[in-house]
Amino acid sequence: MGLATFKGGIHPPDKKALAAGSSIAEAKPPTIIVVPLSQHAGAPCKPLVSVGQEVKKGEMIGEAGGFVSAPVHASVSGKVVAIAEFPNAMGRMVNSIVIENNGKEEWTALKDNPDYMSLSAEELKEKVKAAGIVGLGGAAFPTSVKLSPPKEKPISAVLINGAECEPYLTADYRLMLEKPVEIVEGLKILMKVLNVSKGYIGIENNKPDAVKIMTDAAKGAQGIEVIACEVKYPQGAEKMLIKAVVGREVPPRGLPMDVGVVVQNVGTALAVYEAARFGKPLIERVVTVTGDGISQPRNLMARVGAKISDLVAEAGGLKDGAVKIIAGGPMMGFAIASLDIPVTKGTSGILVMSGSEVEHSDEFGPCIRCGRCIEACAMGLQPFMLSILSEIGHYEEAKEYHLFDCFECGSCAYVCPAKRPIVQLVRLAKSMVKP
Amino acid sequence: MEATKKEQNFIVSVSPHVKSDETTRQIMWTVSIALLPALFSGLYFFGPKALFVTALCIISSMLFEHLYLRIVEKKSVVGDGSAFLTGLLLGMNMPSSLWSFSPFTAHVPVIASFVAVVITKQLFGGLGFNVFNPALIGRAFALISWPKAMTIWNAPSAAFFAMDAKTTATPLGILKEEGVTKLIEVFGDKMSLYQQLLTGHRAGSIGETSAIALLIGGLFLLAKRYITWHIPVSFLGSAALMAWVMGGKTGLFTGDPIVHLLSGGLMLGAWFMATDYVTSPSMKTGQIIFGVGCGLLTMLIRLKGGYPEGVMFAILIMNCFAPLIDRGFRSKVFGAVKQQTSAQAKESAK
Repeated sequence: MGLATFKGGIHPPDKKALAAGSSIAEAKPPTIIVVPLSQHAGAPCKPLVSVGQEVKKGEMIGEAGGFVSAPVHASVSGKVVAIAEFPNAMGRMVNSIVIENNGKEEWTALKDNPDYMSLSAEELKEKVKAAGIVGLGGAAFPTSVKLSPPKEKPISAVLINGAECEPYLTADYRLMLEKPVEIVEGLKILMKVLNVSKGYIGIENNKPDAVKIMTDAAKGAQGIEVIACEVKYPQGAEKMLIKAVVGREVPPRGLPMDVGVVVQNVGTALAVYEAARFGKPLIERVVTVTGDGISQPRNLMARVGAKISDLVAEAGGLKDGAVKIIAGGPMMGFAIASLDIPVTKGTSGILVMSGSEVEHSDEFGPCIRCGRCIEACAMGLQPFMLSILSEIGHYEEAKEYHLFDCFECGSCAYVCPAKRPIVQLVRLAKSMVKP
Repeated sequence: MEATKKEQNFIVSVSPHVKSDETTRQIMWTVSIALLPALFSGLYFFGPKALFVTALCIISSMLFEHLYLRIVEKKSVVGDGSAFLTGLLLGMNMPSSLWSFSPFTAHVPVIASFVAVVITKQLFGGLGFNVFNPALIGRAFALISWPKAMTIWNAPSAAFFAMDAKTTATPLGILKEEGVTKLIEVFGDKMSLYQQLLTGHRAGSIGETSAIALLIGGLFLLAKRYITWHIPVSFLGSAALMAWVMGGKTGLFTGDPIVHLLSGGLMLGAWFMATDYVTSPSMKTGQIIFGVGCGLLTMLIRLKGGYPEGVMFAILIMNCFAPLIDRGFRSKVFGAVKQQTSAQAKESAK
């Protein structure tokens, strides 16, 4: 029997071996943190602190700015020294709270409640919301929103995303190896909140040890199934994973809840567990610091707000010939111009590429209509038409080719023999017309 | 800190940050390599004249492309292999007899190359924007302009240095003028007819005669996934079907599909010309329609038209329809059908 999968997709070299063997290590506490007030999809936070104020580790310093939003918390104890605009990984200036670490690591009161499963669904959801949990796969969508589906969208299953299909990244892999029981508990909590009896954990089959460990951890858990998926990018995209694991197709422009599924990343599941049991807010996450341009690739538990340069230094620093730094994975991550930007809740990796890995060329050729992008597109689009129409400024016509169904996974640009910047052209077209 | 020292040099670009090794250039050269078995077989049967005609096409194609781009002040892309491939295909679609000085016909390949590369490709916007297959327009232009020179066929000869080859008729020519009985008679018997059509020991354009060599090249491209089965199989299949149904003298379903499959430029056309990315539909369903159209038109011309061979015009006619076919057959967007069925399911549940 073939492994669960979807139609289309590509097979880039996975390069996971660089960091896969390194167990998650606590990163050194940063001396100063920069916590952006907007590090999730939706409304930015409103600051709750003022300059000069002392804060404790885990204290809420920014409250949710709306329904689709998530609060932010201090990841160190210390003094607020500034509230000002700082650049984020996407190159935008974001209002951020700067805290100087006093080194005392003073926590706000954390209470261990081993009986968390007896809490009501509403109480558990409140805890997730208060902990500022967002999707840790990269998109950083507030989790509490996904846990509040409208009445007309009944949910029947929770799917934990352990695909980690981005090359190089091993953060989710290490979490599955090291915290399998906690992840399964997180899934159980999510299932309780959403009142569903079916839970899945989907994992790409290039991580057979993770599949085995998670299967063992889920043994005896009612209704939870671990599914090995074919190794194919973008297997970890929500729609593709739902298709592979649950066998349902999310309609165009629709959401997973349209087919009764809520998808959460393995890191998110862990955060949910820690929030439910200890009331621990989301102030740290696993970041894979890797690539051929880094001396000692590794997986670090990093504080939200820590500088990327600190993590790079802890991974042995940059090698000679490091030419490109990416926040996230190589397929959908953001190239950053400076290491002086903070780790946010959505930072799954810091990838440092060396000259030999980066084909840096502004030159691209005309589309020869070879059709490789059509084969690669997991959404069933015709990316070459989008790129041609965008190039000549026919943005409205690009909509006829389902411009807004593209989620910019980059498979088309990966396979394009003419090296056309298809994703860039798609983004341009999207910015020029209304959906 | 060392990190800050290097910061100015970090490259910033839009994702994805990794790309496959495959390039347009590589595709062009690989397709050219796939044509080599057929080219060598042509050189073997038709001698140095074949080599000269092909070389003339390749050199003039590349030269015209380079000169044109220089004149319009664009960057020369002659190294991308596209002009080489066009020249190679054009040469393989020409009779070796064109290398002749009395009467002088050696200018035909040169002018045909100009029409192919400059008029058919560059004037339409260059690689990727041409509507018609450049090599085929070049050949069509030559056939219409110099109908006599383009239909003088040297008899195949394994003697490589035979410069004064005899001329003879192509199998399709014999079929058209004198019928299948005469054709079998010329080749001895039916088996040796098939055999010689397969190996390429027959009169015809330089690169079209050896069905087996073309098949090897085509299967190589299939294995490399440079082409898919959709166009060649639907093209050959529909042509064979129509040859069988309509091709017989004694009534329906008495035609000989094998003779038709192995004759003329069908193999070369189906594997290497109709599969041209730029001038064929991009969706699979569209490709099958395109292939069937090519097959049916080829046989219509062969059986009912004035020319003994119809592959070239069939592909060119279908080239016109490729953009229209692409408009009609779009890809199915992920979730599109399921949405309908789930909506229907909800309806029926109510």
